[in-house]
Amino acid sequence: MIQAIAFYLFAAVVILSGAMTISSRNPVHSVMWLILAFFNAAGLMVLVGAEFIAMLLVIVYVGAVAVLFLFVVMMMDIDFTQLRTEVVRYAAIGLGLGGLLAVEVMIAAFAWNEGKVDLARRAAPIDATVPNIQALGQLLYSRYLFLFEAAGFVLLVAMIGAIVLTHRERPGTRAQKVARQVARRPQDATRNVKPAIGQGVEL
Amino acid sequence: MGYAANLAMTLPEVILGVGAVLLMMVSAWGGPGSTRAVSWTSVVVLLGAGVALLGPAGSGGAAFQGLYRADAFAAFAKVLIYLATAVSIILAPGFFERTAGDDLRPEYPVLMLLSATGMGMMVSAGDLLTLYVGLELQSLAAYVLASFVRRDLRSTEAGLKYFVLGALASGILLYGVSLVYGFSGTTMFDGIASAYAVDVDAPVRSLGLTFGLVFVFAGLAFKIAAVPFHMWTPDVYEGAPTPVTAFFASAPKVAAMGLAVRVAIEAMGPALGEWRQIVIFAALASIVLGAVGAIGQSNVKRLLAYSSINNVGFALIGLAAGTPEGVAGVMTYMAIYVAMTLGCFLVVLRMRDESGQPVETIASLSGLSRSRPGLAAAMAMFMFSLAGIPPLFGFYAKFAVFDAAVRAGLFPLAAVGIAASVIGAYYYLRVVKTMYFDDPAPEYTREGNGAVEGGLIAVAAVIVSPLGYLSIPLLAAWSMAAAQALF
Repeated sequence: MIQAIAFYLFAAVVILSGAMTISSRNPVHSVMWLILAFFNAAGLMVLVGAEFIAMLLVIVYVGAVAVLFLFVVMMMDIDFTQLRTEVVRYAAIGLGLGGLLAVEVMIAAFAWNEGKVDLARRAAPIDATVPNIQALGQLLYSRYLFLFEAAGFVLLVAMIGAIVLTHRERPGTRAQKVARQVARRPQDATRNVKPAIGQGVEL
Repeated sequence: MGYAANLAMTLPEVILGVGAVLLMMVSAWGGPGSTRAVSWTSVVVLLGAGVALLGPAGSGGAAFQGLYRADAFAAFAKVLIYLATAVSIILAPGFFERTAGDDLRPEYPVLMLLSATGMGMMVSAGDLLTLYVGLELQSLAAYVLASFVRRDLRSTEAGLKYFVLGALASGILLYGVSLVYGFSGTTMFDGIASAYAVDVDAPVRSLGLTFGLVFVFAGLAFKIAAVPFHMWTPDVYEGAPTPVTAFFASAPKVAAMGLAVRVAIEAMGPALGEWRQIVIFAALASIVLGAVGAIGQSNVKRLLAYSSINNVGFALIGLAAGTPEGVAGVMTYMAIYVAMTLGCFLVVLRMRDESGQPVETIASLSGLSRSRPGLAAAMAMFMFSLAGIPPLFGFYAKFAVFDAAVRAGLFPLAAVGIAASVIGAYYYLRVVKTMYFDDPAPEYTREGNGAVEGGLIAVAAVIVSPLGYLSIPLLAAWSMAAAQALF
């Protein structure tokens, strides 16, 4: 029973926040709604017993992708003073959302303890004795090792590509040279002067 | 099978991957000054990967529980891919030096090596996952290479266009892959083949499998630039730096064609009736559109882009036959096509005005026969050969695929294809006419013409010349052995 309630709650919030993502006027708010959608999708994944995907959603999407989006959005021309004045206006909504998340986490915990939802048809049944993170790991590092390494090469190409396309030498910039800074001694950098009275210091 | 035995079968990819990583280190510390050294070393690495094909990598069978196939087909395609990649690496330093700026960078050969690794995985794929990872590795490196000249707006545009459309095609392909996986329950090619095989008890194939097939072929058609997924080709070929264009027109074409053949025969062989319709349409549409589209072009790189679309259409005729002869025809076609098209681009690289800047208009070729008779003769041979005019070797390529199509009973396809090749001959001959009969345009500079590039033009010219026919017994036996590996 509680799983069904949790499912409908998560699903409804995913749809709602998805709709808000595309309909809200402020791009920052859009990203916030998107993060809420990711969290709830993660909850759905926990319910069907795919805790690895749930973790991926939270870590990769919320942790990396959404923050990246936020950076991009922040670089756009947005009037932040106006945003700050609106914080008070929307504080209630923000608190409500926070409360909703908290309730969801509690319900998810209860539902998790009750056992997962049984799907009617499953092509590849999940072995109940092995947690699916462990099962994935076993496959990834044995049977699919070749592809796992190849995927590493794909990421390497992405990294090289990003550097090749954007990096350029900038002559004339004052780069920090840590070694020189560390090697600098007091006796090289300072000198003791004894100015005569009324003369001042000559630099 | 032990891990070492598996690795021995993937030795070419291991050599290329490790070589690329080590050379990346060299180029990171060596900077632009190390470009020539890194280029030549990467040619040696490619050679090493080619030599590795003589071992278990060329005939070992399935590695990593069927994820990877080390058979004669893969070996044939890999030899072509490594050769074409090596030539594209050799061409580059001279080109990038002349275009000035900070373009001469050692990352170019490194990305080429990584792309070759991906292409090797593509033609060796025994599983949809290997297919996809290989394809992405190849494409991702290609997107970066297309916009390698950052100052040039056209190059950047080419890279962006290629990236956006390539991502779309990957999406289409992945959608097809997920449908195939969902309805067959496996990503292995042999498992998929048994899912496509029509059962005696259940004679109707699941509609989902057919949908998956269509999407997979649409994604693959983008990668080989077959009509109706060819729109990106002229823009990308025109904008990308010429050595990169030469690369796009040769190695990735062979890899994608090899992949398409393998998927069609090995994974979806029992669904011949379904994919044959798609392949026949793509073949005829590519031949006609490639020929008609090329007529109005004034830029030689765009012309060669349409020519590559046209040639892919002819190669697909061999695939439409669906027989070992047909597959052998496709591989023969690709082998000869690589020589012809690389030859053309080598000549294009010699088209430079007095200040050493590349010229790309066809009009600038006017009267080339008087100022540079050797170069004009070579270009004329490549053009005649691409048109498939008899004494040249390009004729045999077309003959091989049409022969297979006729043997498989596809008379209408062969007839229409031959008729359409006449349209194609028009624009090839127009280039020859410009070179031999038009009033001379300003001469190209001879400064900076490398001896290696000159030698490569000569080699390509010898291959496409009637002397190429001497290689037929060898080429036919080898491509037939490659094709038999799939059946």
